[in-house]
Amino acid sequence: MSAGDALGVAMVLALVAYVLFAGADFGGGIWDLLASGPRRAEQRELVERAIGPIWEANHVWLILVVVVLFTGFPVAFAAVSTTLFEPLTLLMFGIVLRGAAFTFRAYDRPEGPVRRRWGLIFSISSVVAPLLLGAVVGALASGRLRVGPDGMPAAGSGGWLTPFSVATGLFAAALFAFLAAVYLAVEASGALREDFRRRAIGAGVAVFAGALASAVLSWHQAPLVFAGLTGRAWSLPLHLATAAAAITAFAGLWRRRFRMARVAAAAQATLIVAGWAVSVYPYLVIPDVTIASAGAPPQTQRLLLGALGLGAVTLVPSLWLLFRVFKGGPARAE
Amino acid sequence: MTDLSAARWLFGSSLAFHILFAAVGVAMPLMMVLAEWRWRRTGAAQYLELAHRWAKGTALLFAVGAVSGTVISFELGLLWPRFMAFAGPIIGMPFSQEGFAFFAEAIFLGIYLYGWERVSPRLHLASGALVAISGALSAFFITLANAWMNHPAGFAVVLGQATGVDPVAAMFPPGWQHEVLHVLLSSYAAAGFAVAGVHAFFLRRDAGSAFHRAALAIALSVGGVAALLQPLSGDLSARQIAVTQPLKLAALEGHFVTGRGVPLHLGGLPDADAAVTRWSIDLPRGLSLLAFHDPGAEVKGLLDFPRDRWPDPLKVHLAFQAMVALGSAMAAVALIGLALAWRRRRVPTERWFLTAMAVSGPFGFLALEAGWLVTEWGRQPFTIWGVMRTADAVTPVGNLTVPLWGFGAVYVFLAAMVVTLLWRQMIPTAPAPAPGGEP
Ligand code: HDD
Ligand code: HEM
Ligand code: HEM
Repeated sequence: MSAGDALGVAMVLALVAYVLFAGADFGGGIWDLLASGPRRAEQRELVERAIGPIWEANHVWLILVVVVLFTGFPVAFAAVSTTLFEPLTLLMFGIVLRGAAFTFRAYDRPEGPVRRRWGLIFSISSVVAPLLLGAVVGALASGRLRVGPDGMPAAGSGGWLTPFSVATGLFAAALFAFLAAVYLAVEASGALREDFRRRAIGAGVAVFAGALASAVLSWHQAPLVFAGLTGRAWSLPLHLATAAAAITAFAGLWRRRFRMARVAAAAQATLIVAGWAVSVYPYLVIPDVTIASAGAPPQTQRLLLGALGLGAVTLVPSLWLLFRVFKGGPARAE
Repeated sequence: MTDLSAARWLFGSSLAFHILFAAVGVAMPLMMVLAEWRWRRTGAAQYLELAHRWAKGTALLFAVGAVSGTVISFELGLLWPRFMAFAGPIIGMPFSQEGFAFFAEAIFLGIYLYGWERVSPRLHLASGALVAISGALSAFFITLANAWMNHPAGFAVVLGQATGVDPVAAMFPPGWQHEVLHVLLSSYAAAGFAVAGVHAFFLRRDAGSAFHRAALAIALSVGGVAALLQPLSGDLSARQIAVTQPLKLAALEGHFVTGRGVPLHLGGLPDADAAVTRWSIDLPRGLSLLAFHDPGAEVKGLLDFPRDRWPDPLKVHLAFQAMVALGSAMAAVALIGLALAWRRRRVPTERWFLTAMAVSGPFGFLALEAGWLVTEWGRQPFTIWGVMRTADAVTPVGNLTVPLWGFGAVYVFLAAMVVTLLWRQMIPTAPAPAPGGEP
């Protein structure tokens, strides 16, 4: 494996972590927006309590992806930043408003209308951000973004907004909402837990629909991805594994084995990201930028790998502590 | 407005915004941990109250710092893709290290804020200390990247391509020590003075408040010591750039004609076309003395360099004068405050001193902004000094005024909200809602 491939693996790992952790935080925002029924207020409180201590740490995974991209694959960073200028700028607004509104809500006056106003900004931007993230990923795979060898847009480069990228955007939002609902069902109890159980099942169905729509649309609109998803030796085992995880997650939800459902849902999301990554390999931006063509000098890539390894040594125990303190105990009764 | 100037305005205002929160993120955790530590040592309730309130303020400011920092990481590519394509592999190392510092900061801040009742007292205090350390580390790493832009090292340029890239040499370019030291001190000085200023203001109304006295004691120790050291560190920086960035030094001093034993211009307006600095008070041999600690030393003037490499001496000189004036005033206030505290063995509550402290509260942040403008404007027209011009770094994507206004509006809105919410936190009688909406 070349240093570039190894860095690619590191980036995928960071992306998986981002989806599993920060994705669920966005999903929590989606459920804040969709809170309904007699326990609407309790649902929102649970979301707030669940993500409060951890969202900032979870958010750093995205920074890590960006940093590895521009250090290890500078041309890809330039290509992504120029061809996807619009969705990324909009994504920034989403990320800023989500984080700021969430925090302001916790520190502003506790009266209903004030909290609702911040809650609205928080939850709407929590919906918008995953849509854009998913659309960005879809656009990168679509083959419409054309760049020259320096990463600057080339003539004939198409737009980022297509039915396919819309589908991947919805897919991402559904996946984040699904993860959040499953995690929240673990953390809740009583009737509140049933609320999130129902939501998790509904979102699971939406994930399936999103996956199907993206796959079908990729046939025409992202042929390389479609070929990757269907035509390679590992395609079938990978799909089977993803399906097994999804079924286990459903079964867990159905039979109220919530911890099992949480593990299975996380495995399902991991396999989805991994499956997407191997089906676009070795491209970073289809069709002009690959891991090899965008690569930084090998000495940089090797040093970066070393730095990531070293960083992981401090990071993993700290993260473990964080999650043990806030997510370790049994669900507390309300 | 051209796309280049829109990009400059957008990037400059994003950083000017972020740096306020970043400085707080470096210094505030230290003060909050000191308060908790005092409480655990003395059991005095005001320190616990203080630790709680400062932690809440830190949490609020940290969140805005985190999101504005994220914007900057993306803007590096969105606005300066050519710069990043070139510089990424060379200076990515400090950025990646900074990423891990962010992790540590966010993780332990989470534990600190939400873990008062969940973790042992020792782990709690240790978490706070780790937040303070990782905040300083993230400033350390990012400043290395800036030091490299000022004095690129660790590569050679062949036909427009970087070769022989040595990321370790690039991480520690000549003079990095001075810039890192100056930036770290500036964070403690700025945040310390701002906090001390607020509490001095409240002490003027109620000199007996144990809460505000405790706060002033800690903030004045942190901010005061840093403000005293800041001019010394600034002197190191100035002597450093006299050697490594003589053109920048000439611009920030408004010094046009090379000579020996040259004077220091206090105030004044440099006129680039006429190549003179007008209406300044001149201290004979002052510049030679300051820049090289030798009254007869030769100091290169702007005219020794091609005109198309000059930064705008007017802007740079004014920003520099502002920083030095504010820094001198802060050092004076700090000296008086620390001397009073030393003699009285308690925090000084003389009315005139409290007034001076309250007035100079914002000076640190103003000096910090001015100092960054010196560095960034002084590097123009280059983004990587001598290697890549800013105009060549900018993105080919057009219509940059649209995001400029959009982000401008968001920053103004966020700033207004932060000020409102902090103000409410600081008034001790106001009900302070617990984070996370706990009952
Ligand atoms: C609290 C803030 C503060 C205060 C009181 C001062 N500075 Fe400063 N200064 C900064 C905050 C700052 C800064 C914002 O942190 C800068 C920008 C980049 C850097 O290295 O530090 C800076 C840059 C900077 C530079 C340019 C370095 C470069 O471009 O590489 C010089 C020469 C000085 N300073 C000198 C001084 C002197 C002689 C001061 C005497 C009072 C002083 N500063 C006070
Ligand atoms: C000298 C200038 C800078 C200093 C001293 C600094 C320091 C800091 C500090 C201490 C934080 C922690 C959050 C906080 O306290 O609010 C932070 C956050 C952040 N900064 Fe900066 N920063 C600087 C410039 C930059 C630049 C140029 C970038 C772009 C790459 C950047 C990217 C970030 C990011 C992404 C975060 C969020 C981290 C998180 O989520 O916790 N910063 N910065
Ligand atoms: C270590 C942190 C920093 C890094 C890595 C950094 C990097 C950059 C880069 C890449 C540019 C664009 C190209 C150029 O104009 O040279 C820039 C410009 C600029 N930066 Fe910074 N910067 C940092 C800190 C700051 C801070 C804290 C401020 C706050 C005032 C600031 C203010 C500006 C301004 C005003 C410009 C536009 C300069 C002009 O066009 O005249 N920078 N910086």
